[in-house]
Amino acid sequence: MEVAKVENATRVYKTGKVETHALRGVSLTIENGEFTALVGPSGSGKTTLLQLIGCLDQPTSGRVFIKGKEVSKLNRNQRADLRRRELGFIFQFFALIPTLSAYENVEMPLLLAGQSAAERRQRVMELLKAVDLTERAHHRPDQLSGGEQQRVAIARALATNPTIILADEPTANLDTANGKQVMDIMTRLNQETGVTFIFATHDPRVIQYARRVITLRDGMVAENGAQQPHTGD
Amino acid sequence: MIQLFKLALRNLGRNRRRSFFSALALGIGLALLMLMAAFVEGEMGSAIDLAIRLQSGHLQVRAASYDETKGSLKWQDLIENPEQLAAQVAALPQVRVATPRLFASGFVAVRDSSTGVRVWGIDPASPANEPYRQGLLSGEFLKADDRQGILIGLSLADRLKLKPGDTLTLSINTSSGDIVEQPFTVRGIFTTGTASFDRVTVLLPLSKAQTMAQAENHASTIFILLSDKSQADAVAQAIQTPNYKVLTWLEMNELIMQTEEMASGYMVFLYLIVLVITATVTMNALIMAVFERTREIGILAAIGMKGRRIMAMFLAESTLLATGGIILGILLGLLIVGYFTRYGFYIGEFGINTFYIANRIYTKLTVEDTLNLVALSFIITLLAGVYPALMAARMEPVEALRGGE
Repeated sequence: MEVAKVENATRVYKTGKVETHALRGVSLTIENGEFTALVGPSGSGKTTLLQLIGCLDQPTSGRVFIKGKEVSKLNRNQRADLRRRELGFIFQFFALIPTLSAYENVEMPLLLAGQSAAERRQRVMELLKAVDLTERAHHRPDQLSGGEQQRVAIARALATNPTIILADEPTANLDTANGKQVMDIMTRLNQETGVTFIFATHDPRVIQYARRVITLRDGMVAENGAQQPHTGD
Repeated sequence: MIQLFKLALRNLGRNRRRSFFSALALGIGLALLMLMAAFVEGEMGSAIDLAIRLQSGHLQVRAASYDETKGSLKWQDLIENPEQLAAQVAALPQVRVATPRLFASGFVAVRDSSTGVRVWGIDPASPANEPYRQGLLSGEFLKADDRQGILIGLSLADRLKLKPGDTLTLSINTSSGDIVEQPFTVRGIFTTGTASFDRVTVLLPLSKAQTMAQAENHASTIFILLSDKSQADAVAQAIQTPNYKVLTWLEMNELIMQTEEMASGYMVFLYLIVLVITATVTMNALIMAVFERTREIGILAAIGMKGRRIMAMFLAESTLLATGGIILGILLGLLIVGYFTRYGFYIGEFGINTFYIANRIYTKLTVEDTLNLVALSFIITLLAGVYPALMAARMEPVEALRGGE
């Protein structure tokens, strides 16, 4: 089943009189359960493409569909609802709310979804267990290592059982061991829950985890690989 | 909702010093306004009280043709047989005291200095003289049959360097338009705590004043005090007669009442100015918070927080700041106002003949003023939070995320 579709999308940023073409007509389709890497050098448009699929930004021209719904036809609130229901985000910087504990950070999307306290507690503990952070539940981000923070972010992204998780350079600020742990968790969750992962990276060690690789260059799709089956590891 | 406030409280806790000083600014503003309101209330309340106690009473009966500004002593402008009328009025149940008084103008001379005065002929035995009797600083009070004695106010005594037992020469106008003079002995010196009264008023026994002014068996007014001043109109109706006019304290103190009304309007302006300044401090603190937390706002938006919830989060912060500031303000305000309610403000010798202001003003904070100020500060601080909250709510997620990098 197709979960995301980008049709001839362009994105032009204007800074004063200077126009930057971040995307120049990108088309692609993402199927349910994919574990896909967007690769390419800096400035190739990976982050912009993730932001379009993530409904954080709108294309200058072209269309983006999430589960068949055209995003540009939605208003701000509808896009916020769509993000909450269907999309999860993992950022390169460990995007946690510093005043909230690991537990509360994971709980936030569930709060926004209006779940009851009991439902939230069960789900948060389940997720923290999945990323192996049960012991650190009540620590604040500044008391966690970079790897731990990124695992909290993964748990948070998964909280509302989204269809797609978008990760922008999720291991860029981690050392090799932590980066590997994060990728292992993402792979396992993709296999166990079937949630679609799309991650931007230019790290070859991360790319090897992907079952499909889409290469961007100068805002265009240079290579659009096919999805490989699970390796079973 | 609870989560919203919990989050807001933690956010304020990130920069405790900034949050504290924002709340303190509001607190100081509120305390200042409480002091101002209490000062004006104390001043106005005391101005009316003083005017009633010292000059107008709650009611006065005068001859229909009597003109207070001219202070006529012609018999047709005066009340004949005033004791009799006073006794009739005093018989009414609402009336606490009714006493005749004669007013004349004159001047006092001692050695080579002299000054203009108001001469009041009073019935020394009347309880209406309480303010002068209680304020007697030295010497003794007048007796009804005293033909030589005079009471003078402290400011006048200071000015003419007089003490009890000293002699002065008093000249006054008479009903025939002549001026007569006679030496008097200062029996006592009083103060009403109101320099503008004490400086110009001298007291004589009524019968002596009548004789001197050639106004035998006449008085300028019947001075009436009631048990309850709200009964003034009813009593005025009851004692209305064709030859006399009855004036109520409201009519006689119109200037004070108008001034009070004007002061209230003026105070609202002042309140707004002070509160807008303190609100600017809060707004500034919240705008800084929005800028500092741009990326977080982006993250919250990314995980599906809607604009109105982001707005609510910042409004919750301004609500908490306002609440903290108001609590600080009430504590500070009560402390300062409490001090001045007990010890008063010495403002010196102020006031004019028709508008008495005590030398020392005791602040008086009403529950109504306090509640109004608290509500006004709360609303204005919340309004100050709207702009930063809107700013946060309207951020585009992608720009907010980029903004923090």
